[in-house]
Amino acid sequence: MDHSDLLEPFDRMLAAIAAPEAVRAIEHGASPDAMWGAVAASGFLDALVPEAAGGFGLPAAAVQPLWQALGRHAVPLPVGETMIARALLAGAGVAAPGGPIVLTVAEPGQPVVVPLGRIAHHALVEQGDRIGLVEIALDETAVTGVAASLAARIACPPLGEAFGAPPGGLRPLAAILRAALIAGAADRVVTMTASYANERVQFGKPIGRQQALQQNMAVMAEDAVAARIASQLGCAAGFPPPLAAAATAKSVASSAAARIAATAHAVHGAIGISEEHDLQLFTRRLHEWRLADGSESWWNRLLGTARLASDAGSVDFVRAELDAKRPAV
Amino acid sequence: MFDTLTLAALPAADEALRPAIRAIADEARAAAPSDVRARSWSGFDRAFSRRLGEAGFLGLTLPRRYGGGEKGAFARFVVVEELLSAGAPVAAHWIADRQSAPLILNYGTEEQKERFIPRICRGELVFCIGMSEPGSGSDLASVRTRAERTEAGWRINGQKIWTTGAMHGDYMIALVRTSGTSEDRHRGLSQLIVDLKAPGVTVRPIVDLTGDAHFAEVFFEDVELPADALIGEEGEGWKQVTAELAFERSGPERIYSSVVLLDAWIAHLRSIGRDDPATLARVGDFTARLGTLRAMSIACTARLALGESPVVEASLVKDLGTSFEQELPASIGDDLASHPDEPVDPELYRTLLYVTHIAPSFSLRGGTREILRGIIARGMGLR
Repeated sequence: MDHSDLLEPFDRMLAAIAAPEAVRAIEHGASPDAMWGAVAASGFLDALVPEAAGGFGLPAAAVQPLWQALGRHAVPLPVGETMIARALLAGAGVAAPGGPIVLTVAEPGQPVVVPLGRIAHHALVEQGDRIGLVEIALDETAVTGVAASLAARIACPPLGEAFGAPPGGLRPLAAILRAALIAGAADRVVTMTASYANERVQFGKPIGRQQALQQNMAVMAEDAVAARIASQLGCAAGFPPPLAAAATAKSVASSAAARIAATAHAVHGAIGISEEHDLQLFTRRLHEWRLADGSESWWNRLLGTARLASDAGSVDFVRAELDAKRPAV
Repeated sequence: MFDTLTLAALPAADEALRPAIRAIADEARAAAPSDVRARSWSGFDRAFSRRLGEAGFLGLTLPRRYGGGEKGAFARFVVVEELLSAGAPVAAHWIADRQSAPLILNYGTEEQKERFIPRICRGELVFCIGMSEPGSGSDLASVRTRAERTEAGWRINGQKIWTTGAMHGDYMIALVRTSGTSEDRHRGLSQLIVDLKAPGVTVRPIVDLTGDAHFAEVFFEDVELPADALIGEEGEGWKQVTAELAFERSGPERIYSSVVLLDAWIAHLRSIGRDDPATLARVGDFTARLGTLRAMSIACTARLALGESPVVEASLVKDLGTSFEQELPASIGDDLASHPDEPVDPELYRTLLYVTHIAPSFSLRGGTREILRGIIARGMGLR
């Protein structure tokens, strides 16, 4: 089924409600309620919820472009996380609360930094092989001390009402979301950087005409496309994703994220690290999403373990783990 | 950016080719040690190529009336992926099948198509590509080899160099100047099909740093060619060469050059049972990137299958792919040598050093890294 007609209205809504000044306002303490209300009213929070339970029943592959759009607009709300949580809750027959939900894996009492933890009302928490909802109560220990960050350091109590975690737990689901967010922000950053390089004049010509910059920006574009394709691979093989698909997506996107942010700042020069320039809205998030839910090395170790357990050749391994688990064409 | 490069799947009809080509590839896998198989592109074996031709695995994208398979770019992807991941010796048909036959199909006369393409599809003709000259590498428009019109056809004088496979070749498709001077750049260039057995042609193999001779110098001294040696239009050589390079730059060949080494190293890790966190992370990193590059290569193939010439997309995949191919030997070398007490099989050691030494060629052949990044930058709107 073709779901490409969903992206355009979703993207249009995000452009209207999450312009850079609106993102900044929420980062500086303004209420996210109106922005959240607009997203909730759109119905997209139930994109992954089965149709029988009142949702859109979309496969992850169809939601991937929506998650990318969230990254492209630096949306300061856990929309993707809430989509995943609502799908899991619906699958378990648990009524979902109305507000924003984040995802985390944490033993009782163990503090974990969770992106957008300051915005969320609930966390869907994995403890052992169980998951359950925990209401978030922020106190002074939740402060990360990172400028303009909406992340919170959350320590969860032991789960009360809980149900079985999806195969592989919450991290593979969070990983494919993070990879898509990275791909979206990366695309925005590449576009911003190319555009800036064509405008900024030094030595009597646009800096984009300098071969040294062109070469670096070409590599940045390669990284951005690789992150996007890896993210698509992560979302192509179902919900929840197989381990190899999630690991490939998060590993490639995370390592690209840091390089893309570095090149974007190098090209923008001093203005790019100023608060008033929009670039930082996206590069701070690239780093935050890289570090969230397992960096490239964490996922590489899991994927490496699976690879060494197989006696297949390398090409056969990636075919079996990534291609063969996707729907046939 | 570059949104047309998007996840695509290999159609089931093309996947269906895999078992038959796998059977042939497996024989090649069993027939040679990994240091020989790591030479896949320069592994020259006419009998192997004829066998592929008989089995219908050459000229897959070409029309049936010329002996082709009349299938699409995805079919070629499956077959090439199987051959390269096995390290099969493909040099005797590689260039003819990938570039020369499609070029002749696109620009040749009916007589040229009938004369060359069926024999290429049977794996009987070896082609090479005469582009580089002593004074023309990345700056291809500066070629000086000159062809003059004669009563009977053409007379060529000049020299090509770094021509892959010329010592084995039956024909060369040479980019030559047919009018003007090198100051005229892209104007006045044409492509000629040169019979390498013609009087006046001298081929001198060049030994490379691995001890192989996979490329050669080719000298033309008053070489007389018939009028129908011209392929395409006189003066249109630049346009034709650009299209030809798009065939060369897309496809799975730009990600698998070091895959025989990767497999040999993983077999080593498995046999020795090493699975510390650093090793696992290295294995996982390679696996994630291989899977992504393969998906990118299939995405590029999907553009070819739609009849496009994805010049920028192919450059992007090739640059990322060759960087991966080059990082593999550097990283695997570090891995093995950081475990000096671990026994390393001599075959793995030879494979590692062969790939380490030849790896610089991965980002030279078919357009250097710097040229490709310039193409990508223009595709990004940088001027």
